[in-house]
Amino acid sequence: MSDYLIEITGMKKVYGEGEAAVYALDGVDVQVARGEFVAIMGPSGSGKSTLMNIVGCLDRPTEGKYVLDGRDVSQMSKNELAKVRNEKLGFIFQSFNLLPRLSALANVMLPMLYTAEDVSDEEAEARAIAALTSVGLEKRLHHRPNQLSGGQQQRVAIARALVNHPPLILADEPTGNLDSKSSVEIMDILHNLHKSGVTIVMVTHEPDIAAHAERIICVKDGRILSDGRDGHSPCLDHKVLAG
Amino acid sequence: MKLGKIFRTAWEGLMLNKVRSFLTTLGVIIGVASVIVMLAVSAGAEAAIADQINALGANLIIVSPMRGVPGASRTLLLDDAYAIAEQVVGITGISAEQNPAPQNIRAGGVTLESIALVGTTADFPSVRDYAVAEGRYFTADEDERKAKLVVLGAGIAADLFGEESALGQTITVGTTKLTVIGVMEPKGIVSDVDYDGRIYLPINLVLQKYMPSSMLRTASVRTIYLKAESQEQIPSIIAQTTALLAERHDVDAAKPDFTVQTQQDIIATQEATTAAFRDLLAWVAGVSLLVGGIGIMNIMLVSVTERTREIGLRMALGARPANVLTQFLIEAVILSLAGGLIGVIVGVGGSYLFGSLGTMRTEIVPLSIPLAFGAAAAVGIFFGYYPATQAAKLDPIEALRRE
Ligand SMILES: Nc1ncnc2c1ncn2[C@@H]1O[C@H](COP(=O)(O)OP(=O)(O)OP(=O)(O)O)[C@@H](O)[C@H]1O
Ligand SMILES: [Mg+2]
Repeated sequence: MSDYLIEITGMKKVYGEGEAAVYALDGVDVQVARGEFVAIMGPSGSGKSTLMNIVGCLDRPTEGKYVLDGRDVSQMSKNELAKVRNEKLGFIFQSFNLLPRLSALANVMLPMLYTAEDVSDEEAEARAIAALTSVGLEKRLHHRPNQLSGGQQQRVAIARALVNHPPLILADEPTGNLDSKSSVEIMDILHNLHKSGVTIVMVTHEPDIAAHAERIICVKDGRILSDGRDGHSPCLDHKVLAG
Repeated sequence: MKLGKIFRTAWEGLMLNKVRSFLTTLGVIIGVASVIVMLAVSAGAEAAIADQINALGANLIIVSPMRGVPGASRTLLLDDAYAIAEQVVGITGISAEQNPAPQNIRAGGVTLESIALVGTTADFPSVRDYAVAEGRYFTADEDERKAKLVVLGAGIAADLFGEESALGQTITVGTTKLTVIGVMEPKGIVSDVDYDGRIYLPINLVLQKYMPSSMLRTASVRTIYLKAESQEQIPSIIAQTTALLAERHDVDAAKPDFTVQTQQDIIATQEATTAAFRDLLAWVAGVSLLVGGIGIMNIMLVSVTERTREIGLRMALGARPANVLTQFLIEAVILSLAGGLIGVIVGVGGSYLFGSLGTMRTEIVPLSIPLAFGAAAAVGIFFGYYPATQAAKLDPIEALRRE
């Protein structure tokens, strides 16, 4: 098995045609090793979310190749992609995306509805409780999202992302809707996850959030502007971020 | 994904909007209830017809005075019955009948009030397929002689004499003492007539003792039943009887003051009334199921729109398009089946209600319940399919972006 969890070569994503064509991604090559914690930065509209959607198997590239965990996913069918998302990926969204009518526990159990092997109710519950405990919410199992703070909601979402034990966690601006105290809590959790060996790819606008990552990829106009591990990145410069 | 989990997920979806879900099922409720009542009315009509045949006997021709013609009720005479018996070819017997006002009857210490009397000719048991269980019926000769004899319905015999034999006992009917010579077999209540609760007398005796004197002078009868030798003879018997009576009554055969009907004729008129009601119900059922189905489709489309983000999330978490499709299809089917269940309850209740109103008989057809459920499920699947495919077709990214 390759050392790389993610191998992307020559990736393009084009919206529209002819004159109106928008190159959201315009030739991206990137590899992410197992266990890395990567931050993606860049100005608004630079293609970060587009890249995340493709990495997250929610979208397919117009051109190029994407190998995830040793398998080429760029040409997979919708059903195959669904299976990959369920088994290999955990999503953390800026807006949490919890189902409001369900308890924290039921929200975390959702991914196990769609696993290939049937998970018994007891096992699903046990796994969900374990995941919620790992984010410190063992006392909030039966609370609904509207009974939880933003930080707690995002922790529920992290538990949901972890419950199927995926090798890769994708977070698109995970702290974008949170105050600084909650942001620190969330970053602590991601930090611990990283230490336990999970690969994390995170999009963020905030330099101090990006500072938690070991590697910062800077994207601009659909291309990779820089990719470094030394804690420096043109994207940390406010002029670049402003576009 | 197991069916049980799909059902639970779908159920949770529906419970989001309980009132809306219930209102959505109304069309299906009405449709299914109509199907059940409709089939109950049909079955009731058929049962009533079977009863009719059972009550009157097979191969019967019924001659009655024309209804609605003034004075016509007195024009059908006992002599007409005798003339038919003598002259019409192809009949095995006739039974002329007259029903005087009910009388009190008394035997020993027991008095029964207001009991129906029937005056008949001697052929009554064979013509009407209604046998004597004990003793015998009176003969034509005894009828003509106005012999003071009576045959009791099974219920009357039991009421008057209990375990004891009624045969040879004397009872007082009105003011006249009659001797019991027979007891009819039990027959029960058929087409609203309590056969066991009546007593049977020679018609000539009835005409003399129990009818108003104006009737006596004309010796009119209420009905003459003719029993045909076979089904094939019936048209010829009708023609002969019509011609004979027209001549005797001195009326135009095309405009008679009497009617000559077969059971089929009577059944046909009865059927016409229930058929109209049945057809109406069929329309109501069809339209309600259609409207109910469209209602379900509409609500499911609204639900898919409202829950676009949820669908996107489920897809991100690994739901395949087929999972989403099944979830929404099952929601539609649960809606329609819930409507079906309530509809069955309403339909069964409604059938009893219509039956108890007395205008028509209803009999719940057990098979109509699975049938109605099947129809409801079919409506759910048919009308739920389109919204479900709309949900399954959603693009996860766009769905997640939707507010
Ligand atoms: N569905 C779409 N149709 C057309 N153009 C699109 C679509 N999605 C994205 N784009 C375009 O692609 C480019 C990249 O968008 P993307 O959402 O990836 O940016 P981003 O880096 O995530 O920005 P932000 O920081 O604001 O989230 C933008 O110019 C955007 O307008
Ligand atoms: Mg974005």
